[in-house]
Amino acid sequence: MSALSIQLDPQGRLRHFLTVEGLTRRHLTDILDTAESLHGVAERRVKKLPTLHGKTVVNLFFEASTRTRTTFELAAKRLSADVLTLNIATSSAVKGESLLDTLRNIEAMQCDMFVVRHQQSGAAEFIARHVKPHIAVLNAGDGRHAHPTQAMLDVFTIRRHKPDFPNLRVAIVGDILHSRVARSLIHALSILGTGDLRVIAPRTLLPTQVENLGVQVFHRLREGLRDVDVVVMLRLQRERMEGALLPSEQEFFQQYGLTEERLALAHPDAMVMHPGPINRGVEIDSRVADGSRSVILEQVTNGIAVRMAIMSITLGYQARSAGEDA
Amino acid sequence: MRIVIQGGRVIDPTHRTDRVADLFIADDKIASLGQAPAGFIPEQVIDARRQVVCPGLIDLCARLREPGQEYKATIASETAAAAGGGITTLVCPPDTDPPIDEPAVIEWIRRRAKAAGQARVLALGALTHRLRGERLAEMAALKESGCVGVSDGGRPIVNTRVLRRALEYAATFNLTVFLTPVDPELGHGLAHEGQVATRMGLPGVRLRRKPA
Repeated sequence: MSALSIQLDPQGRLRHFLTVEGLTRRHLTDILDTAESLHGVAERRVKKLPTLHGKTVVNLFFEASTRTRTTFELAAKRLSADVLTLNIATSSAVKGESLLDTLRNIEAMQCDMFVVRHQQSGAAEFIARHVKPHIAVLNAGDGRHAHPTQAMLDVFTIRRHKPDFPNLRVAIVGDILHSRVARSLIHALSILGTGDLRVIAPRTLLPTQVENLGVQVFHRLREGLRDVDVVVMLRLQRERMEGALLPSEQEFFQQYGLTEERLALAHPDAMVMHPGPINRGVEIDSRVADGSRSVILEQVTNGIAVRMAIMSITLGYQARSAGEDA
Repeated sequence: MRIVIQGGRVIDPTHRTDRVADLFIADDKIASLGQAPAGFIPEQVIDARRQVVCPGLIDLCARLREPGQEYKATIASETAAAAGGGITTLVCPPDTDPPIDEPAVIEWIRRRAKAAGQARVLALGALTHRLRGERLAEMAALKESGCVGVSDGGRPIVNTRVLRRALEYAATFNLTVFLTPVDPELGHGLAHEGQVATRMGLPGVRLRRKPA
């Protein structure tokens, strides 16, 4: 059984959200449309909907996070759920409790949804396989494997500016090898029929046979950026120098850093995205990060509506679902 | 300037040439081989009998000792010796002191070679930082400043993970890599292991090893 088969119910509806891979275009557009309808909630005087009133959402964070954790928390609160956030990196896992034992204990507290981040690929799926049937599991990032809610907020942000996916050119730049964001985003953009999908990185930061995911591979930023509509910069973790993957931050910035001059090679109204946290002067120049083409902070805002949508859908609060009229 | 090089054995593998013939040069370019071009009146005649006439040779690994070991030799002395022996291009490995792991060293060598005005000097950049085999060198920057390949000099990279990453990174920028296929633990010595080394009392380098 794959992650795909356990995240759908027999009618093909999402009951967990573990990975984007293998979902239909309908699943994705339902999430995007629902997020669109929820997007206005933040502008209301009362920023709350009663959708998940009486439900308990537990954020299980085995790995540090700021944006993802807080936006999940806000999303749950805006849907009137009760929210508990456990930073297990600093909790009993350190004392030697197994993942399954931690899970059983929290499950015993009568929860309805787990939002899981874990440093191991496959952790969210493992939890989804072992929880009681009524509990929905949302993957908030597992190892290098998937970060599906980030991918959905990214395509949501793109769609609000450039909805014509078949005529869209998207370049993802940087550490593809270690990036769950890149993997999920490649799947999401492929499912939505993106016409031209590229990755740009040195060979040391590209996983083997990445082209089989349906991307064109570029090693030179100048070549890869040509005429793109969307540039997605990935964070470069500083410990990469130690693994002999890169010589230095300076050389990485020289070769792959996004500057205004290089952005000029892209389409004149190209937008710049970054999942955060950004390293100024390593993968992106401050003038670009803070410039008019940057939608980096908009991504954060959109993350709340998208996560509200995914929470509502997986707990069954959505009029139409992918399976019903499939 | 018109020159004729007379009676030499002309060897040019590119043109599959190996024969005794006269070579005619006009304005620094080869005008013809064998027969003089019409109306060719040489201003200089070089007698090349019993000599080889061939394209300039390239030495892919020439240690010029500069910077760092000027007491042994200098770029000027080595490029002059090379030119005297028909070697017109030297490729120097990066194990100078400091090593060629930053653009400034390449620039310095280029300036010295140009001032010497003898054989052309090309440089290999470092494959790893300080040639230590631990972290990658800034190969893209080295390439941009003119290095024609990368290498750790004669030093093998012990850590195979670093070696793999170094090869991948070099390939990203289409850099040729020069490797030394020696196991440092087995490769110490002054002579090939055998009866000569035994007789002379020299530490031997084992030759016939089974591949790892």
